[in-house]
Amino acid sequence: MKSHRKKTLGIILFIAAGLSVAIGLSLYALSSNIDLFYTPTQVAAGEVTPGQRIRVGGMVKEGSVKHSEEQLQVNFITTDYAHDVDVQYSGILPDLFREGQGIVAEGSMTPEGQFVASRVLAKHDENYMSVEVKAAMDAAERQRVMGQIQEQGQSQGNYQ
Amino acid sequence: MIPELGNFSLILAFGLSILLGVIPMIGAARDNLLWMRLARPLTAGIFVFLSISLLILGYSFVTDDFSVAFVANHSNSALPIQYKMTAVWGGHEGSFLFWTWMLSGWMLAVTVFSKAMPDNFVARVLAIMGLICVGYTLFMLATSNPFDRVLPLPPADGADLNAALQDFAFIIHPPSLYMGYVGFSVVFAFAIAALISGRLDAAWARWCRPWANAAWAILTLGLSLGSWWAYYELGWGGWWAWDPVENPPLITWLLGAALIHSLAATEKRGVFKSWTVLLAIMAFASSLLGTFITRSGLLTSVHAFATDPTRGVYILGFLGLIIGGSLVLYAIRAPALKSEFGFGSWSREVFLLANNMILVVASAAILLGTLYPMVYQAISGGDLISVGPPYFNTIFVPLMGILVVLMAIGPISRWKKTSATYLRQQLTRVAIAAVVLGVAIPVVLTLEVPIAAIGTAVLALWVTFAMASDLWTKSGNKSTRLAGLKSLSLSYWGMQLAHFGFIMTMAGACLTSIYSIERSVLLQAGQSAELGNYTFVFNGTEPYQGPNFIADEASISVIRDEEFLFNLYAQKRLYTASGTPATHMGIDGRFFRDLFVSLGDPRAGGAWSMTLYVKPFVRWIWTGTIFIALGGILAVTDKRYRRYKVRRGEAVSVDSKQKTGDQTSAVSGGELTS
Repeated sequence: MKSHRKKTLGIILFIAAGLSVAIGLSLYALSSNIDLFYTPTQVAAGEVTPGQRIRVGGMVKEGSVKHSEEQLQVNFITTDYAHDVDVQYSGILPDLFREGQGIVAEGSMTPEGQFVASRVLAKHDENYMSVEVKAAMDAAERQRVMGQIQEQGQSQGNYQ
Repeated sequence: MIPELGNFSLILAFGLSILLGVIPMIGAARDNLLWMRLARPLTAGIFVFLSISLLILGYSFVTDDFSVAFVANHSNSALPIQYKMTAVWGGHEGSFLFWTWMLSGWMLAVTVFSKAMPDNFVARVLAIMGLICVGYTLFMLATSNPFDRVLPLPPADGADLNAALQDFAFIIHPPSLYMGYVGFSVVFAFAIAALISGRLDAAWARWCRPWANAAWAILTLGLSLGSWWAYYELGWGGWWAWDPVENPPLITWLLGAALIHSLAATEKRGVFKSWTVLLAIMAFASSLLGTFITRSGLLTSVHAFATDPTRGVYILGFLGLIIGGSLVLYAIRAPALKSEFGFGSWSREVFLLANNMILVVASAAILLGTLYPMVYQAISGGDLISVGPPYFNTIFVPLMGILVVLMAIGPISRWKKTSATYLRQQLTRVAIAAVVLGVAIPVVLTLEVPIAAIGTAVLALWVTFAMASDLWTKSGNKSTRLAGLKSLSLSYWGMQLAHFGFIMTMAGACLTSIYSIERSVLLQAGQSAELGNYTFVFNGTEPYQGPNFIADEASISVIRDEEFLFNLYAQKRLYTASGTPATHMGIDGRFFRDLFVSLGDPRAGGAWSMTLYVKPFVRWIWTGTIFIALGGILAVTDKRYRRYKVRRGEAVSVDSKQKTGDQTSAVSGGELTS
């Protein structure tokens, strides 16, 4: 009976030790591997440190996509209709990448304020908008409406 | 009119599920044989009515009945017939009907293969599955009915099936994945029935094992098909993205793997009983969690169905009910499950415990990474983050490394106690051979010292040689080697085959990660690009007319050592009904390497952007999973599972020590399985 208890305790301690090591490692790995998501408005407000790996999402601005003639490089503007981010990408864009549709780009800001993407994700389904892009659009819409209200307060309904 | 029949049939299945969930359960509690025996006919009824529903939905697709909203949203008159039939699982509502039908199929299988089990146990198992079925059918009727109509003005034509789904793999990946996934509800029902009855003994474990093995083997195939499909269809050159919807089936798979190993110990030695039950509950809960993540739209993913909060809330409630209920039952009943503790520190039990720990920790880490964005958003008040592949790789790769090291020792070790001398004697030569060849082969082939490849080779050979050595030892006690090999049980062969497959998959995954190369280029017709030892010459594009799409087809000649090998054909398609573009890769797949071309977009002057890939050993990943699945199936067919008949009188006794017969059989060579 006593040795049985000892063994149970041994097993429990073994498992607890294993689990705490595993949890510690997981949390460490997690802390160094998360990518924060920013909306174009947040980028414009200077919330992003250049060089930091982030995600930026919004709509691809109509008429902004410029393919380079000689190289694979593509430049386009992603927007939440309040602010724009100039994105540079070298590679093949996803099938559903189109002007006027939502995308998420992974990469980092240059000190000059350009976003260099290492990966561009487009939505996979016509009816589906990524949570992140939707959040970006909602935030921009909220800000636009708030701005309108403020402006109306200042200029007495001059704003259309 | 016909779709309404489908709906009516669904409602009937819902009603029968309620009856199945209640009557046999009460019958089992009151020992009323008649009520218990109603379980089988009720199950058959549910299966029949769900089959009618499914067939009617299929009929609506084939006959282009666009007055049915689900058909209008997921089909088109020009869609090829094989996709019309399978578009049933091309969207949320239909796929959920298919999922529920799969559940009823497993229930029917339980009625067929449970003749040896006592009536009260079968009644409880089927009743629990009936209750799950109530949840599913109610979910469909309340929030996502596939038979909803667009009346009085149905669209003239359908919106078409998502272009990415129009592929052969779409016909086989969802059915196998769902079948494996849903199979874990059988094991869950077995576990809950055992908790309710208090009967959890070697016989229970023996009944449970074939079901767990079967569900897990099929889930292996489903996952593997999904990975293969993503590889050749999505065109980013990867085969696993740690996507929030890929992860839950992997979690279920890992927990399922832990479960079948723990069940082995429970059956053979009567140990880890409450742990086994907990694993069965967790495996099923993780399958529900997968459903929740896919269908609630809370996480960004390539798989997510259109978002609808009510669905998410319903599934979350169902998940809470199931997990909460099971855990409460577990907390009340598990202390009564006495396990035996007679094993030493080098016994097979200890190795199985280590296996379980690693698999559960891996599942927990993946779960953490998958749910973390959601948790973070809730805590931080709306900040969005994503957890990238580096996190998952940092955790998963070392854990699998440890698992593989132990995988060589576990099968050689013995139940109860293994002498250290025996292990040393068995493994010294294996270790030396693995290290020598594992270092020599990569060095000779690459003429450098590739550390990662050496690590992979040493580990893979370590397990492979240990397996061969074990086969040699265990086949030596008969007059000839052949007779010795024949005397080994099917479940032993199943284990060896599955382990070999796992090693192959892991080796393929490591080697392809190390040696894959890719290059994105912009080429005019006639221009070429070099990658690895290969030269890719772009010959230009031709228009191509598909059944429901038009495409530009690029022809790329592959040349090595100034010798023409073959042409690759890659397409950029435009599906005419929906106006969706899609890429069709050009792939040449061989046992040792894949060549892969993904077409980008046309530029001024006839140039095309494209990405070229050389991916060595990538096929090993999926070939290995075929062996894993075959191993699982082989273990199910072991005649041991059909040998025992249990009489009704025995079933009532609460017996936790019934393991004497098994222990003796476990020692006889062939039965040494895990």
